[in-house]
Amino acid sequence: MTSLIKSWMGRGRIEVMLTFRDRRTITFTVMLPLILLLVLSSLVHPIGLKYVSFAQYLTAGMIASGLVYGGFQGLSIAIPEERSNGTLKRLYGTPMPRSAYFAGKIMNVVVIYVIQIVLMLGLGAIAFHVTIPTSPTAIITFIWLSALALITFTSLGIAFSSLAKTGQAAAAIATPLVLFLQFTSGVFFIVTSEPTWMRSIASVFPLRWLCQGMRSVFLPARFGSQELGGGFHLGQVALIMAVWSVVGLVLCFRTFRWLPLGED
Amino acid sequence: MPAAIEVSGLKRSYGDLLAVKGISFTIEQGSCTALLGPNGAGKTTTVEILEGYRHRDGGDVTVLGTDPARGDRSWRQRLGIVPQNCADLLELTVGECVTHFASLYPAPREPEAVLELVGLVEKAGSRVSTLSGGQRRRLDVALGIIGNPELVFLDEPTTGFDPEARRAFWQLVAALKAEGATILLTTHYMEEADALADRAIVVNHGVVVADAPPHALGERADDLAVVKWIEAGVAVERDTTTPTALIAELHARLGGELDGLEVRRPTLEDVYLRLVGEQES
Repeated sequence: MTSLIKSWMGRGRIEVMLTFRDRRTITFTVMLPLILLLVLSSLVHPIGLKYVSFAQYLTAGMIASGLVYGGFQGLSIAIPEERSNGTLKRLYGTPMPRSAYFAGKIMNVVVIYVIQIVLMLGLGAIAFHVTIPTSPTAIITFIWLSALALITFTSLGIAFSSLAKTGQAAAAIATPLVLFLQFTSGVFFIVTSEPTWMRSIASVFPLRWLCQGMRSVFLPARFGSQELGGGFHLGQVALIMAVWSVVGLVLCFRTFRWLPLGED
Repeated sequence: MPAAIEVSGLKRSYGDLLAVKGISFTIEQGSCTALLGPNGAGKTTTVEILEGYRHRDGGDVTVLGTDPARGDRSWRQRLGIVPQNCADLLELTVGECVTHFASLYPAPREPEAVLELVGLVEKAGSRVSTLSGGQRRRLDVALGIIGNPELVFLDEPTTGFDPEARRAFWQLVAALKAEGATILLTTHYMEEADALADRAIVVNHGVVVADAPPHALGERADDLAVVKWIEAGVAVERDTTTPTALIAELHARLGGELDGLEVRRPTLEDVYLRLVGEQES
């Protein structure tokens, strides 16, 4: 058991080291959301936003997007790359417990998420007077939302990674997909201001629900009246996120490949 | 002593293409065997089935007493694999790589000692992305032997090496062999197989076409020898089955040292090309 945990920590260390050495990861998963937060908060005030500053609203959405960047987009690009450059093949040939590879990826996603949160809340608080919630209820909600989102987006990222042959091919699909979901799920815009068809599409996917949940953490309670259905509806959020977690886990366990297609 | 590898009737196809059509061989512990053959002959498929990467469609395979299709962690602990075409680990340092891979095995070699063995001590602090092709390959070998394996697979280990690096690599393989490891090598360099292997298995079109020690492959030992010498300022060349008798006769006739004396047997490459060429026609 201790050797298993040692192998997980060992992979975690390597993954985090690699993240800090790879400028692309830092750019796309840490700097990009920070720049978006900075630029959009300075420029825009969307139609129909009541009770809170746009910076406060956007902070909730960008923190919700954090695991989409690090977990889904990051893994769906990194894993095909590691499949085509021989990383996975080499690890598969060693006695490393198979779970250690995934444990390392998950630890790395968590570390990136924590860095994203610290930087975004820091920037928001300093530059845009964003209030950081401190109530136990808000913190508890934040923790279970983050946990469900971590499972959902890392497992979907791992599942998605089996579709593409190379990291570049994966990026070409994952990047626009993430942008589309962000635009329709209420990261930048208010969901109630969207046409019905767009809302309906967004409501199928987990990001819309995660954003709604994060708004319950970062926005005042009275903002609930501005949500679709007139409340934060955390029970519904939890249920839909839980369903997506299960879908993600089933997909990633069923589709994961260690070796390039046709080389097994 | 049980065999390190036993393969019998191995078959594998890709769609309609029969890549391996019934290969059989046994590899003794402590031996160094070269698996030779042109690209597309079924070499990589065979080796990767033995390594547990690929599945097989037929035949029986045991590697260190285990069917590779069912190899578990305790089996993998005893293997060392140096795969082809590695482009991973670029942003780690050489030292970080060996330390990390050592941590994956229960009784690894000392990382420093392995770097010493492959001649990368001065590169321990360098990023893998800055290594030359030969240095990178030596790192791959280091990662393949870090777990102190009983059986080492070397898949085209010296592709892209300069002659000096290749010689250094051969010494490394000889050292591994001396420590008692079993080695299965694939290579396109016949000189390398000749220098390292005590046995060569030639595959072509998915079947074994020859299997013998390199010096005896394809009746190489019984082949005509070419004897060359210089007589009265003229280069003479003669094919013979009895070179020793010919030289004795020349020695008696011409007296003293023979100018420009050369006795040449067909090289492994000559024999190999003949074996592989015969198949084509």
